[in-house]
Amino acid sequence: MRAQIAIVGAAETDTVGVIPDKSELELHTEAARNALGDAGIDLKAVDGVAAAGQSPITVAYNLGITPSYIDFTAVGGCSFLLHVRHAAAAIAQGLCEVVLVTHGQSGRSRVGAPPRSRDRSSPQGQFEAPYGVTGPPTMFPIGVLRYMHRYGLTHEQLASVAVVQRQWASRNARAMMRDLITVEDVLASPLIAYPMHLLECCLVTDGGGALVLTSAERARDMDLKKPPVYVLGTGEAAEAPLVSMMADFTSSKAFEVASRLAFEEARLGPADVDHLMIYDAFAHLPIYGLEDMGFVPRGEAGPFVAEGNTAPGAGLPMNTNGGGLSYTHTGMYGMFLVQESVRQLRGEAAAQVPGVEVSVALGVGGMFMSAGALVLGTEAAAGS
Amino acid sequence: MPSKPLPQPTPETKPYWEGAAAGELRIQRCRSCRHHYFYPRRGCPHCGSTDVEWTAASGRARLHTYVINHRPAPGFEDDAPYAIAVVELEEGPRMMSNIVGIENSPESLVLDMPLEVAFESREDMSIPVFRPAPYSSEKP
Repeated sequence: MRAQIAIVGAAETDTVGVIPDKSELELHTEAARNALGDAGIDLKAVDGVAAAGQSPITVAYNLGITPSYIDFTAVGGCSFLLHVRHAAAAIAQGLCEVVLVTHGQSGRSRVGAPPRSRDRSSPQGQFEAPYGVTGPPTMFPIGVLRYMHRYGLTHEQLASVAVVQRQWASRNARAMMRDLITVEDVLASPLIAYPMHLLECCLVTDGGGALVLTSAERARDMDLKKPPVYVLGTGEAAEAPLVSMMADFTSSKAFEVASRLAFEEARLGPADVDHLMIYDAFAHLPIYGLEDMGFVPRGEAGPFVAEGNTAPGAGLPMNTNGGGLSYTHTGMYGMFLVQESVRQLRGEAAAQVPGVEVSVALGVGGMFMSAGALVLGTEAAAGS
Repeated sequence: MPSKPLPQPTPETKPYWEGAAAGELRIQRCRSCRHHYFYPRRGCPHCGSTDVEWTAASGRARLHTYVINHRPAPGFEDDAPYAIAVVELEEGPRMMSNIVGIENSPESLVLDMPLEVAFESREDMSIPVFRPAPYSSEKP
């Protein structure tokens, strides 16, 4: 399926950050209209809709689409990467021709947002909630001390993830947090859940994004405004619904499986990657991701980031929008990974890296519950 | 002040919570592949067999990993900052828990330290928690 499908439209909501005057559904549809406008494609050409958070049926109806392909895969923040994977398969099989993937979330303002449910009989309700977990900060980083114990990761190295990403964010006018910070600033910020400080935790924002996908063949016949971005490889995987049930607290099985599948299909490896996005709900995620994807050997991602290898101007530009730590994090941030990959491949990013031909996005869902991986490329990468 | 959250047992987990109420940490073991597993369910996640039995765990465990939460959940206000830990039972499975009987600080909570089960009464239920154990044994 390599390079048979292309992303022909990609856009975010008009603004990201604090949007108290728009409901979650409106953020979906605003992003959808922006992405269709970005592609120069008429709404009536869309025959497939995928969404998470809000139902794709509601999104389609609000837009005035009667979809004949519907994907409501909702597996957390990486859902949109899975939507791309499923849409690629569906388009290749002829189930549909033009698929719209939408994300909108009023994570901060909670306008028209579904209530957060607490089911006391679920596995989490029985085996985690009684121990005083509150939100993701009390669950997601639970393996970090084990990782530190095993590999010698220091608090300073962990903090450097936030420092480097702020360097990227400082180049991006849309980023919520743009002032440069130091390792000392990070370690002096309030402890949220030891060992994680405030600046090692993601933002909570409002916003959205959408993608338009079609076959590479059809993309060539379309009068597109911008060059198509080709889907070279995709992967998805799931591990455990409860973070306390992870097989290994120093590695994500879902990261490993999803990224291996995506690289295999793309017939590419880490050495071929020009630009990388790893979902950073917390500072340790890029560290796990760099190792689980095979960019660095086990235990070396902390020093790798601390030494500046993912910073502006360095060899492996990572999370170049500023990431969930500094750019935006609506709750299901994965859509913004793909948006930035597309911008970098088109050469239109705020902090543009020169000559990006291959970009990889790795998303997470829940607390290391699920993962989605995409290898995306330019026309040149698709042809090679 | 709000009270701490209570679990709501399902038919599959009832023996676990009944065990806790009786002061016993009950987990399941597969009769086919002999693995212990947690959390409770009707089939073995190691081999798929449904020939499984309930067994009393020794209650001995080690501290595998944790965070120390500075923003308490409802009911935990007096405990903050408190550790949310994962312990590894002597039988193999791991579970989330709280650590009692010791200051919940990075200096006091040392990974792999030996622990033993204790039970915290919460309304009409009993919640398994862990406290430092006097015994020592080789790390598994």
